[in-house]
Amino acid sequence: MAIPMPATRPVVATPKAQRGPAFLSRLDELGRELWQDKLGTLGFAVIVALLLMAIFAPLIAPYDPAAQSVISRLKPPAWLPKGSWEHILGTDHLGRDVLSRVIYGARASLLVGVVVVLAAGTFGVVLGLWAGFKGGRTDSVIMRIVDVQVAFPGLLLILLVISVIGPSMTTMIIVLAITNWMVYARVVRGIVLSVRQMPYVEAAEMIGCRTSRVIFRHILPNLISPLLTLGILEFTNIVLAEAALSFLGLGVQPPATSWGLDVANGRDYIFVAWWLITFPGMSIAITVLAVNLFASWVRVTTDPQEREKRFAYQRAKAAARRGRKAGAGPASQNQGGRS
Amino acid sequence: MGGFLLRRIGQGLLVVIGVTLIVFIATRMVGDPVRVMLPLSATDEQRAAFAQQVGLDRPMGEQFVDFVGDLARLDFGESMWQRRPALDVVLERLPNTLKLIGAGLGLAILLALPLGAIAALRPGGWIDRTTVFVGLFGLSLPQFWFGLILIVFFAVTLRWLPTSGMGGMAYYILPAVTLAMPSLARLVMLVRSSMIDELNQQYVKTARAKGLRFPRVVMVHAMRNTLVPFVTLAGWELISALAGYTVVVETVFAWPGLGLTAMQAIQKSDLFLLQAIVFTVAILIVVINVALDVVYKLIDPRIRLA
Repeated sequence: MAIPMPATRPVVATPKAQRGPAFLSRLDELGRELWQDKLGTLGFAVIVALLLMAIFAPLIAPYDPAAQSVISRLKPPAWLPKGSWEHILGTDHLGRDVLSRVIYGARASLLVGVVVVLAAGTFGVVLGLWAGFKGGRTDSVIMRIVDVQVAFPGLLLILLVISVIGPSMTTMIIVLAITNWMVYARVVRGIVLSVRQMPYVEAAEMIGCRTSRVIFRHILPNLISPLLTLGILEFTNIVLAEAALSFLGLGVQPPATSWGLDVANGRDYIFVAWWLITFPGMSIAITVLAVNLFASWVRVTTDPQEREKRFAYQRAKAAARRGRKAGAGPASQNQGGRS
Repeated sequence: MGGFLLRRIGQGLLVVIGVTLIVFIATRMVGDPVRVMLPLSATDEQRAAFAQQVGLDRPMGEQFVDFVGDLARLDFGESMWQRRPALDVVLERLPNTLKLIGAGLGLAILLALPLGAIAALRPGGWIDRTTVFVGLFGLSLPQFWFGLILIVFFAVTLRWLPTSGMGGMAYYILPAVTLAMPSLARLVMLVRSSMIDELNQQYVKTARAKGLRFPRVVMVHAMRNTLVPFVTLAGWELISALAGYTVVVETVFAWPGLGLTAMQAIQKSDLFLLQAIVFTVAILIVVINVALDVVYKLIDPRIRLA
């Protein structure tokens, strides 16, 4: 029987000189895979654009986001009768350029999101690894803390703490990091517990690998896919939380800018100037939607089981297409392919 | 069953203790309640007099004992803003929040089951893809902004519904929809994915092979198994709504519930009222958590409460 062997790359140490191109071809492969998922590609493109916008805000923004001008107050966007191309998205009640504020606002959202996810993620992963690996009393104490903190009246407690300490961007980052680490610890501990039972980990322990080697070499790779997806999804939660806190006046403080803060400022003018809340709000929604679309691609791509399902589905679809071309309807329409 | 409940109640006690410690440390040791509660223009004598009046000038240990003793007697002090016991204010506003959560989550739960099940019938079909995309979209909208857009559209432009406040049925529609939106999106996604999994199970094939009609298999056999994760998530939605996620909706719609009261307490620097709200909600969450565990047991006999 001639079974076509799947083309696997031989496992030999790559010579140093070839490392660069190998890495590039891996990137190329990933890029091709991303291209298959059109919505994921769109999300990725929007994320890159947002990052560039945040980093190069001073170069892109037509005005200083804090520059006030009494003469040009509440100017509508350019395409409306009274609008002018000087302020494409109009101006707010202090004559500040809405477009510039939207561009600068990306900084607060992305910065808070990234810093909180990194801080809470690191803390949670370390505690989860520790609990899962040590087991016994350490495990039950850490997990009890997680259970208890999860049952806290989250947002109300955050409001109380921030209002007592005094609102600022730093306070918000610290408080959000302290209140969002638990989910990482739970996920990591669960995976560590199940992976430790695997024969290859037991084998590694048995032949005398050091604990650190077992953790980093054998257990950590299992964590990358779920942690990546979790981190990206948590990022969207943090961006929304930052916006909500800033909207409530307990996050980013003026004169700094944030999308949530701008929606709060525009709230008093919704009867006369709809554009004040529309554009910053849309920016938040687009950011979170883009990250969500990208996250669902990452989830499928980094999870071997999901990948298998997807490739099976694509192959089934291709086969069905071939079948239709040949004139015969797909014989097995309802078998498999459900993902 | 008894032992399990006792353990869960013990854990609930830990939650209340944890909240007590955090509130005490935040308000007495990190922050200065006198500075927060008195206006900036207050003189040093006024500050000292106020500190003495509410007992903030004594050693931390003594203050902590008093703090815990007051909590045990459900004495949260006097609301400075309303000039009456803080607990009275909380108990007056709590029903409004519960009504809002009931309307919002009720809407989400009622819609999520049929929508998710319909999407799951043909995975990859256009209904399914639309549901997934709309769900992702619903998850991505900031709640406060969605509420404001609804106000602009339905209350200001069309003049169909009132902009804010509380009154007859019409006042419930916009706040309930706003509160329901992200929960509905999460619940629909969950029903969809677990329904797809269930419909691929062998027991579904068996039921079909026995000659049961497909609608019955979906509604009775698969739905019952889908309910287990559904109730878990719905319970989580209820708790997170209580935990303060109504604050945003209540602020946008000027809904006179606990969330709006908390924001007003912050604006009026009414620390005692804010504390009372936090503790009441913490205790409510503990009670609901225990109740939810009992509900799981009723739905899924495989879960043993021992």
